[in-house]
Amino acid sequence: MNKIVIIDDEPLARSVVKEYLQKHPHLEVIQECGDGFEGVKAIQQHQPDLIFLDIQMPKITGFEMLELIEQPPAVIFTTAFDEFAIKAFEAHAVDYLLKPFNQDRFDKALAKWNEQKTAVTEKATQELIESAALSPSQRQRIVVRNGSKIKIISVHDVFFLEAADDYVKIHTQEGYFLKNKTMAHFEQSLDMHLFVRSHRSYIVNVQQITRIDPYEKDNHVAVLRSGAKVPVSRSGYGKLKDVLGL
Amino acid sequence: MANSPLSIIKFRIIFIASWLIIMADHAMLLHFYALPWDVAIYDSLISNVLFLLACLLVMTVLRYYLPRGQQYINVFALCLLLTIVWLLLSKWLLKLFLGYQAGYTELLRNSLSIRFSMAFLLLGFITMVSILWYSQLEQKEQEERKKDAEKMARDAELFKLRQQLQPHFLFNSLNSINALIGSRPAEARKMVQQLSDFLRGTIKKEETQWVTLQEELQYLQLYLDIEKVRFGNRLATEIEIDEATTALKLPALLLQPIVENAIKFGLYDTIGETIIKIYAAKVENNLVIKVLNPFDPETSSPRQGTGFGLKSVQRRLYLLFARNDLVTTEAKENIFITIVRIPQKL
Repeated sequence: MNKIVIIDDEPLARSVVKEYLQKHPHLEVIQECGDGFEGVKAIQQHQPDLIFLDIQMPKITGFEMLELIEQPPAVIFTTAFDEFAIKAFEAHAVDYLLKPFNQDRFDKALAKWNEQKTAVTEKATQELIESAALSPSQRQRIVVRNGSKIKIISVHDVFFLEAADDYVKIHTQEGYFLKNKTMAHFEQSLDMHLFVRSHRSYIVNVQQITRIDPYEKDNHVAVLRSGAKVPVSRSGYGKLKDVLGL
Repeated sequence: MANSPLSIIKFRIIFIASWLIIMADHAMLLHFYALPWDVAIYDSLISNVLFLLACLLVMTVLRYYLPRGQQYINVFALCLLLTIVWLLLSKWLLKLFLGYQAGYTELLRNSLSIRFSMAFLLLGFITMVSILWYSQLEQKEQEERKKDAEKMARDAELFKLRQQLQPHFLFNSLNSINALIGSRPAEARKMVQQLSDFLRGTIKKEETQWVTLQEELQYLQLYLDIEKVRFGNRLATEIEIDEATTALKLPALLLQPIVENAIKFGLYDTIGETIIKIYAAKVENNLVIKVLNPFDPETSSPRQGTGFGLKSVQRRLYLLFARNDLVTTEAKENIFITIVRIPQKL
């Protein structure tokens, strides 16, 4: 018996999936979720083998939801129309169903999942999440999980990012949040006119900078509105000067 | 091809009358210099018929060739050349026909310089008038072409704005129908009907067409019914319309994208039930429509609420009224308000 979770904000869209699943008695729908928040909880609680996931959902998208889960299960995406998502799916050979889809197409997706099972799909899913972070809508915000709470941070509210082992600390007005990502990931996905990698371990929001002071030899330090000081390396100083037009 | 100024009867009469006056004047002047009437009249007739041909030639040339910039020198040269040719030709003809008259040859020789300057001046004048006439015609044509092009561009833009039906909406609606077919076929059939009526509405209505608020609301209801099937209990609507506004007019299909924007913003930015409120009132001479949707001020800025839908509405109203202030938005706590004002024709 395999466990299934369906995550879609439209009740009828979930019922189609359930209906098509009746032909596959070895698959059991353990929970249905109307948004990504419920989805995160359900996945943590039930550890499903496969999820059906919509992209456009309230508050957070399907991609953002996957980012919050440490070891995402196998995913079959269901979406009606999203040019960016479809490009991402194709690039990473993840199976997806374009709504409306019929039983045949649905069965094929399940068969594909049955063949591949976990290993391949997991890697493809990770790559997909990486590339989805480059979508225009996701560059505007960062979704983090703080215990059981999910927080959506607008990039404009971010002071700076700091590397911390396998995590990145996202510093904001309300303190910092941890996200299981690399600095390179953020450097790539954030708007390069707004965020500059000032140092190997720091990315700073240029709109928060009030002044840049010299600090020891060859180094500088950026002083933010909040009073925080962010190290600036020699190459970082060059990049900052470019963006600020100095 | 541009019409010659002589194609207008008024100008033709003026032209012929001037020519007759000049001819009479010419004859009288010669008679005054002691030529008998018949000789004077023949002289005038020969000179002025030839001159008339020269004038018509200049006008015809300018009709096909309008000088630009440096080319005015060519026109000047043409006038000069024509005057000289005219002078030589008329001198030869006059001598041939009227040379028998005693003293005529001498008078002709003495008057050559006067004949030349008069002819050159008159021909120059005719040339100038023709150039003015044709360039003004050309300008008018250009303006008309520009106006036509602008109108076509505007119509095309309006058409495009109206056609931007959201594929997301269409495919999700089809997906809902797909779901209903298995479990509740009667409802599926009803939704197919609603979707068809809705789509027909977007195709049928002319962009420039104005409809009453009541008609627009009927159309909106089709859209709302479909969305309610899609989102189930999550979506609720409240519509409050002043009695006085139902007959007021607005451009067709204007309301739906505004409400669509509000629904998307409301549904995707909050969790739980979303209530969309629509109010209409008459303020001064405007139909004022307010659409309210909830949003989460903690995670999104009201700026995000002015998505594509509102921009196209704003653009449409600008094209129709040449005003940019007819769509405004505001945020009050967790409610986002879109206000549209539609000026009424007096």
